Amino acid sequence: MVRTPDGPPPPPAVQRLRLHYAKRGRLRFSSHRDFQRAFERALRRAGIPMAYSAGFSPHPKVSYAGAAATGVASEAEYLEIAVTRRCEPEQVRALLDQALPNGLDVVEVVEVRSGNLADRLEASVFEVRLPGVPVADAEAAAVALLAADAVEVQRLTKSGMRRFDARAAVVALDVSAASPGETCAILRMVVRQSSPAVRPDDVLVALRQVADLAPPAPPVVTRLAQGPLDAAAAEVADPLAPDRA
Amino acid sequence: MPERSRSSGEGGGGGADYPGRMPVASVFPQLERLLPLVQKPIQYVGGELNARVKDWDSCDVRWALMYPDAYEVGLPNQGVQILYEVLNEVEGVLAERTYAVWPDLEALMRQHAVPQFTVDAHRPVGAFDVLGVSFATELGYTNLLTALDLAGIPLEAARRTEEHPVVLAGGHAAFNPEPIADFIDGAVVGDGEQAVLAVTRVVREWKAQGRPGGRDELLLRLARDGGVYVPAFYTVDYLPDGRIQRVAPNRPGVPWRVSKHTVMDLDEWPYPKTPIVPLAETVHERMSVEIFRGCTRGCRFCQAGMITRPVRERSITGIGAMVEQGLAATGFEEVGLLSLSSADHSEIAALAKGLADRYEGTNTGLSLPSTRVDAFNVDLANELSRNGRRSGLTFAPEGGSERLRAVINKMVTEDDLIRTVTAAYSQGWRQVKLYFMCGLPTETDEDVLQIAALAQRVIETGRAVTGLRDIRCTVSIGGFVPKPHTPFQWAAQLDHRTTDARLAKLREAIRSDRRYAKAIGFRYHDGRPGTIEGLLSRGDRRVGAVIRAVWEDGGRFDGWSEHFSFDRWASAAARVFGEGPVDLDWYTVRERQQTEVLPWDHIDAGLDKDWLWADWQEALAGREVDDCRWSPCFDCGVCPQMDTHTQVGPTGQVLLPLPSVRAPEPVPAGE
Repeated sequence: MVRTPDGPPPPPAVQRLRLHYAKRGRLRFSSHRDFQRAFERALRRAGIPMAYSAGFSPHPKVSYAGAAATGVASEAEYLEIAVTRRCEPEQVRALLDQALPNGLDVVEVVEVRSGNLADRLEASVFEVRLPGVPVADAEAAAVALLAADAVEVQRLTKSGMRRFDARAAVVALDVSAASPGETCAILRMVVRQSSPAVRPDDVLVALRQVADLAPPAPPVVTRLAQGPLDAAAAEVADPLAPDRA
Repeated sequence: MPERSRSSGEGGGGGADYPGRMPVASVFPQLERLLPLVQKPIQYVGGELNARVKDWDSCDVRWALMYPDAYEVGLPNQGVQILYEVLNEVEGVLAERTYAVWPDLEALMRQHAVPQFTVDAHRPVGAFDVLGVSFATELGYTNLLTALDLAGIPLEAARRTEEHPVVLAGGHAAFNPEPIADFIDGAVVGDGEQAVLAVTRVVREWKAQGRPGGRDELLLRLARDGGVYVPAFYTVDYLPDGRIQRVAPNRPGVPWRVSKHTVMDLDEWPYPKTPIVPLAETVHERMSVEIFRGCTRGCRFCQAGMITRPVRERSITGIGAMVEQGLAATGFEEVGLLSLSSADHSEIAALAKGLADRYEGTNTGLSLPSTRVDAFNVDLANELSRNGRRSGLTFAPEGGSERLRAVINKMVTEDDLIRTVTAAYSQGWRQVKLYFMCGLPTETDEDVLQIAALAQRVIETGRAVTGLRDIRCTVSIGGFVPKPHTPFQWAAQLDHRTTDARLAKLREAIRSDRRYAKAIGFRYHDGRPGTIEGLLSRGDRRVGAVIRAVWEDGGRFDGWSEHFSFDRWASAAARVFGEGPVDLDWYTVRERQQTEVLPWDHIDAGLDKDWLWADWQEALAGREVDDCRWSPCFDCGVCPQMDTHTQVGPTGQVLLPLPSVRAPEPVPAGE
């Protein structure tokens, strides 16, 4: 006796919206799954007319792309939602920002014009603060890494321990100093999206391997930008620009 | 580890209003450095939706509320959420939450001298006026010790001074607080809503008067005027054979028996109004509304049913308003209608229909954690899952044989059960879960083996009514632990070896019939944790030394099978009790006699001890007793003793549709 849901199929999506959001401060410790739950509840609280999948356990139509790892703060996270009534993007932004906890902040909402969001997220810019690491040590390590053709690292992934090259994905790696008097090197790295994803931790492991760089305290990582890569200029563009035009 | 590795006072912080103490600062900067090194760091950062942070200096009574288990278990706890809101609504009072930290963070906190903290503002727990700990289960006792130690609070209440918080225990386990009497300053027994306000008034007045008489005077006032049980004010004498001779106050002005607190009008206490929405994944991802408190079904094993009498219903309109407000405040997708037996609400049918109508088409799930075996429950579940998936229903016959169900007063016949599962399977439910207990008084192997026959009949029925072979039934077994304030408080607990052996026979009986074996799931783990729960449930003050020894040996998170160690408990008990008259068996498998002074006799849950004994005798004779909501009073004693009364509907009200719910506010498109 198999039941099927009564009633008409769920209303179709009439508009797609892209969100730029940030994961800040202590909420950088939320995992991507934590964020998903919080976001789907925020959609309900905010009364966004979400499009749902059909069936007995309908899910709101949300596509996530390129989420930062647990513990990594981010100024540049993106996702896409589908709604059943046309909405004014700025109003959706304000309502969702209000409905999410402080620290999960919606920066901008645009209507989708074209293209695939995930395809545009070619590279990320990360800032990695290394408390207790002298700038000179970090610079020497960066030079050594960039001089290498490949640096194999290994990391436990969902599919077990994997070895992969962490060097090729690094498009740029600069070192600067934090405020005067503070021993803290700041790395700015541009990392190309690849598979398996090379994360800032992997680059730090590579730096340790090539130059024995061993930070005495946990690094503080922030993703500053994510988007199309201009490899020549070692810069990352705004992935929502084509929708905003 | 963990012999008080940190000097006291590190966690002390101190209230700014106390001369000579440091201002209270957040410990988050120190904690933050440790978080990248631990599992699931999000559980320690707070910042949840609907969490509250009040200004420290503008409050004069400050509560830290603890649920002594991991955040994922503790956060959804209704008791803590209710008190958190009740207290924070009061001007000049603040309440923050703290949970047990996992061993990985505990080790780092010790290494880096980070004290036990609240998740709201990351203030050191040692700086609060009151640490209130809610014990739903006794297996949280070792976690209390970890929290005290990390907070820099001396483990023994006797060693605390004015600079330490007053440590209060609450929750169902506090109905026998004797095993933790050494570690707590007081216990609040019963409903907390009004009790925490009474405690707050006493603390506020004492502080405003310049703390006259120090900590001792504060505890005396709490005992006298705050309805708090203060173990230090009672002396326990023992007989040479180990039994208690007498428990008596050692101070003038404290009562011989301490009564439980009872909130009479639930509609006046519609909490939680804005439940906390965690970022981390927790055990209950839903909004819970308590639809009534108390239960008079009279199941003799059920401590919750006995100690929460009388039945007090929330009105259908009050429930409707709480659901509406709670969903708006949280965005949860599911609403759970909680109580000890939700289908017994006098207007449950109208409530189920009203809520299902209101939230139709909004992808909001409604659930009734129903456990009574009753075809009516299936109708309710159908209504609530009108447009949702029908996966599984749970029923709790509790006892395998008709005879045993009469002993425990679970008035359900095998035919009731078959009628119920027929209704469930024929209306699209695919799986039925049946919950039983093993080790009930007078139980034999034969009683338990009947569970196999019952499960097989359930599968046969399911196959017959659906015409499908793909029918499942899960048999889930819990070991029975006799609890204080129940008719079974005198019973001998079945030793875990016999329990395990009996259940091995049941497993074999289920497996041996090929026609059903694959359709019946069997869930049972291990009888040993039940023995320790038994020790802690019916223990007296002498058990405190065992808890401490286990904790010093590294015991933590005893409710988690991966952390629980029976051997650690058994060897600690052997060491502590030595050649004395009592031991682990004495506390667990020994039957008590009518005249024995029980460790919790001076805690008054309203139940007349003579009535409990009479009901115990009825149980042994296999005689059932009815529910006083629809049959005459059987004099359990609660109503006259507590000056309360059963408070049930029907009110005759219905839930009207909510326009704002049926059509979520559109966000107009701008042109």
